[in-house]
Amino acid sequence: MSVIGKALKGVRIKGRRRDAGTASAARAQVQQTAASPPVDIAPNDPIIAYFQQATGVVDVDGLELDSPAVLALRDAGVKLVVPLVTQGELVGLINLGPRLSERDYSADDRRLLANLAAQASPALRVGQLVRQQEAEVRDRERLDQELRVAQLIQQQFLPKELPEFGGWRVSAYYRPAREVGGDFYDFIELPDGRVGIVVGDVTDKGVPAALVMATTRSILRGDAGRLLSPGKVLERANDLLVPDIPAQMFVTCLYGVLDPTTGRFEYANAGHNLPYVSTPDGVVELHARGMPLGLMPGMEYEEKETVLAPGQCVLLHSDGLAEAHAPDGDMFGFPRVLGLMKGATDAEQVVDVLLHELDRFTGEGWEQEDDITLVVLQRSLAAGHPAEEPSAEEALVEFSVPSETGNERLVMDRVMESVSGLDIEKERLERLKTAVSEAAMNAIEHGNGGRAELPVLVSVRMNDGTLSVRITDEGGAAEIPEAEVPDLEAKLAGLQKPRGWGLFLIQNMVDDMESTSDGHLHHIDLRLHLKGEN
Amino acid sequence: MPEEFRAEVRRRDGHAVIDMRGNVDRGAEPALNAAYKDAATGDEPVLLNFADVDYINSTGIAVIVGLLAQARKEGRALTACGLSEHYRQIFQITRLSDFMPIFDDEQTAVGASEAAGA
Repeated sequence: MSVIGKALKGVRIKGRRRDAGTASAARAQVQQTAASPPVDIAPNDPIIAYFQQATGVVDVDGLELDSPAVLALRDAGVKLVVPLVTQGELVGLINLGPRLSERDYSADDRRLLANLAAQASPALRVGQLVRQQEAEVRDRERLDQELRVAQLIQQQFLPKELPEFGGWRVSAYYRPAREVGGDFYDFIELPDGRVGIVVGDVTDKGVPAALVMATTRSILRGDAGRLLSPGKVLERANDLLVPDIPAQMFVTCLYGVLDPTTGRFEYANAGHNLPYVSTPDGVVELHARGMPLGLMPGMEYEEKETVLAPGQCVLLHSDGLAEAHAPDGDMFGFPRVLGLMKGATDAEQVVDVLLHELDRFTGEGWEQEDDITLVVLQRSLAAGHPAEEPSAEEALVEFSVPSETGNERLVMDRVMESVSGLDIEKERLERLKTAVSEAAMNAIEHGNGGRAELPVLVSVRMNDGTLSVRITDEGGAAEIPEAEVPDLEAKLAGLQKPRGWGLFLIQNMVDDMESTSDGHLHHIDLRLHLKGEN
Repeated sequence: MPEEFRAEVRRRDGHAVIDMRGNVDRGAEPALNAAYKDAATGDEPVLLNFADVDYINSTGIAVIVGLLAQARKEGRALTACGLSEHYRQIFQITRLSDFMPIFDDEQTAVGASEAAGA
């Protein structure tokens, strides 16, 4: 065996990549142990077919083939080639140089080599298959990992909770496809008391789509408060996205601005599905022209508006719903969605009905093709006077303070004084104190922007067992921060600023917190339910 | 204006204790950061003593989060004691207590870490 060992040379067959199952020689690789360079064999070299058919050992010098590989083998000093063939497939070659004794290979040598080849070929094939399988497993794990990353990004950038604005009910639903599809939605509180509403869809899937989604969301958030006009916001987002978005990717997006007090809904559309409004006269589509974001610079977006009357609902939706397919290939379709919106008056019910019908349509075991996003805004029948308190109430105190830093302590002390006659347990009072002081600080610093000439109004009322503290500022000057659960880990890791606890604290200190606006004044109501405790 | 916030460093039983007095809010940041810098010279744990603090607000929470981030970066233990029941709850709601051991009083804080760190 020493002869074989010492004379072994490496051979590499270039280029051909086929699946393991094909009958031809795909990647025949022999580990190189001697110092000679590997011989590359082109996939179309006639020698491959020759080796595949050969029985036993092949004499390189005796070969009469028009083959560059034969010349290369001779140059490399190869005398004998033992093709390793299993189940008709060439899986490798053993190449031998001249015998060290300088004698020719004997018939015994050749028999031994042929036997070796017969044994080695299937073993080598098994080895190759195992490697291939391991590579496939690694690929699958990488894909799973990517999927998780995409989901994480997606979740990170969707609203953690729904906004509350007086006189409206908001319902939102998002269900990602297995390969996350780049849908998103967002609510943006605007400095003038209105609310920006976004529903969008990034073409493509997975991590790239999720990253473009996150970018688009940030751009929209950044500009919404400054530009206010929905058409301008989309125009700006388009211009910012065009240079950076990967080729063949784009974003469809509906952006609307709702004035909760009047029901006025201004909107612009970058190639996204049309919103549907349910009115007593049937379902109305909201049209506005515009190209998807990220395709071409310098686009303009048509701006339209409508007024949502009390009792009406508007549905914003991505194509995951309308373009869902039943097992027989039928599509759910926009007409069906529109039909289901008929007579809708309840935001949550709209979502329930749509999802229920979708389930019925697709049947069991349906693999969702694309992300599904639904956002429904419903104006209550009693809209218009969202935050009016009923009359059977008792005012405990009403006062105002100038918007100067530190005055939140004053507000806190005066509110505490006004409730001193009530029987509230000490721990609860402490919590109310913190909530009042935080809300007053927000009103002073954000709502009134620290302008001392603007007063912060405070009223404390007792109504039917509920203690309510209302703090009012002229919120036109500042945006009210979102009530999100702060990400302490990110703050501790230095990834986020350490601040941003105010609204979160308030929410956790009282039974109920509500933020409303009439376009000029912004109110925050803090409530403690004391019924049965007095 | 409310009384000035003060923070002073005292060494006790292998601890750098920061005694605070006044309101822990945004205004406390310079003094508290300076005190932390004085305290965090050796490798002893730093103990924030809230016994004479009766008001903490969200901007104060932010200052403490900033200190805690700093301490974690340096691998230094930061603990707290002397919080009222209410603020203890706030430390729980904000999850600060997940990252910062809270003790009833200074004596317990110093003792506990001695027992654990021996």
